[in-house]
Amino acid sequence: MDALIDVTPLYLQGFSQTLILLAVSGVGAFVIGVIVAAMRISPVPALRVFATVYTEIFRNIPLLLVLFFCAFVLPILGSDLDFFSLALVGLTLYTSPFVAEAVRSGINGVPVGQAEAARSIGLGFGQTIGLVVLPQAGRMVVPPLINVFIALTKNTSVAGAFFVDELFKAANTATRDHGNQVLLMLLYAAALYLVITVPLGLIAGVIEKKVRVLR
Amino acid sequence: MSASVLYDSPGPKTRRRSRVASAVSLILIAALVYWVVTVLAAPRVAANGQETPGMFDSSRIDILGNPLVWQNFLNGVLATLAMAGVAAVLAILIGIFFSFVRTARSAWIRVPSVIVLEFVRGMPVLLMIFFVFLVFSTGAYWAGVLGLGLYNGAIIGEALRAGILSLPRGQREAGLAVGLSPVRTRMSIEFPQAFRQMLPIILAQLVVLLKDTSLAYVVGYDELSRTIKNMQSFLGNRYLFTIFAVGLIIYLLMNLALSWVARWVARRSGPKLGKALPNTPKQLGEEGTRAITLPKQGYGPPDPPH
Repeated sequence: MDALIDVTPLYLQGFSQTLILLAVSGVGAFVIGVIVAAMRISPVPALRVFATVYTEIFRNIPLLLVLFFCAFVLPILGSDLDFFSLALVGLTLYTSPFVAEAVRSGINGVPVGQAEAARSIGLGFGQTIGLVVLPQAGRMVVPPLINVFIALTKNTSVAGAFFVDELFKAANTATRDHGNQVLLMLLYAAALYLVITVPLGLIAGVIEKKVRVLR
Repeated sequence: MSASVLYDSPGPKTRRRSRVASAVSLILIAALVYWVVTVLAAPRVAANGQETPGMFDSSRIDILGNPLVWQNFLNGVLATLAMAGVAAVLAILIGIFFSFVRTARSAWIRVPSVIVLEFVRGMPVLLMIFFVFLVFSTGAYWAGVLGLGLYNGAIIGEALRAGILSLPRGQREAGLAVGLSPVRTRMSIEFPQAFRQMLPIILAQLVVLLKDTSLAYVVGYDELSRTIKNMQSFLGNRYLFTIFAVGLIIYLLMNLALSWVARWVARRSGPKLGKALPNTPKQLGEEGTRAITLPKQGYGPPDPPH
């Protein structure tokens, strides 16, 4: 028990860093993801190709290598950010294609008749998307989007390998300091992760049920 | 070619404008790539006046002529595949197990399984691998296999459960009516259909599993990404970029190949794109009457794609 109290400041420090990583890269990934999804359905072929290539590349590289790229190759390109900001950039880049795919599948889930009706009363591409398709897609996108953010929460643990003092790194340190109570230390860290992921999962479940009834 | 419903098929004027926009964005993207390449290729001068060659200088890439380096990469790839293969089999087995206990009739089985599932799904894989490694002291390889298998098994289990739930209720009722036991009905009637329906999702999860083997670095297993790191410390920072680039390309090729296979299988046996399977209920309670109107569904091979 003493050991638990002992590591609490360390864990809370890591937990707050994890939360910041989650919030900032979550917002960043959302913005980039929506832009990429918009590019993917746009009428301009070059944008479509670019968005597809972007999605395919970042979805098929392990997060570890993306962060490796950010931590060691971006400085060569002239960035002078610290490791925390570089981890933010890496997590944002890695998560954005997943957001884009969630948004795109939501847009594809809107019945074709809706878009056809909008087109037939003379709305343009921007109006069709902005006034008719996106408001309907938005509500269907929320559950998969929350799943993406749950995955992001778990992925922040990888940043611990790149000199970011987040929760997993704290757990790593704690298991080294309290070698005789490894199980307790790890369960403590797991509980803190579950504090974020389980409520998010519950929210997703509730929203999913609501949407299903509405449709 | 079927045009998107989101915009008219373009006329000559729009087509010209879209071509211009394409060209402009291509030029912008090309300029960005060019900038990255030139910055990487430029020799840099450190603060103490020492000059190091650019990233594409021959002194940095001559290492690729050495067969030992390729031998190392090959070992890394094989170690990655060895872990991913066994973990994938394990994940599917665990997934099947989870889907059974999660849908069990007795609450004494169902409730604990829900708790375990939530626990496993909410934890980072990295922590899971580390957990297995430290608590069960299994050694690096099995820590990775068990951690990845357990985590992905939980996700596959949820997918299979969703598949079982989406079957028409008549499937189960028919099985019970011809005298099969509940377990037998689940095994030989419901489960095969759910598995086929969820195959695309399961395969997509296996791509994630292959990617996640890189996390086994935490327990010191020498898979591909750790090989990269090892070679960097062995050969020196001079070759960092080269080795990293090669490793990146290897990962991309492996994962794209597996994604492609997954997509191919999904096209062949999964639910057809854009068209919901007739037995997928669109509304709650709808599945009750569906089974009567669709007597053939789910038996024998699915209809060939038209």
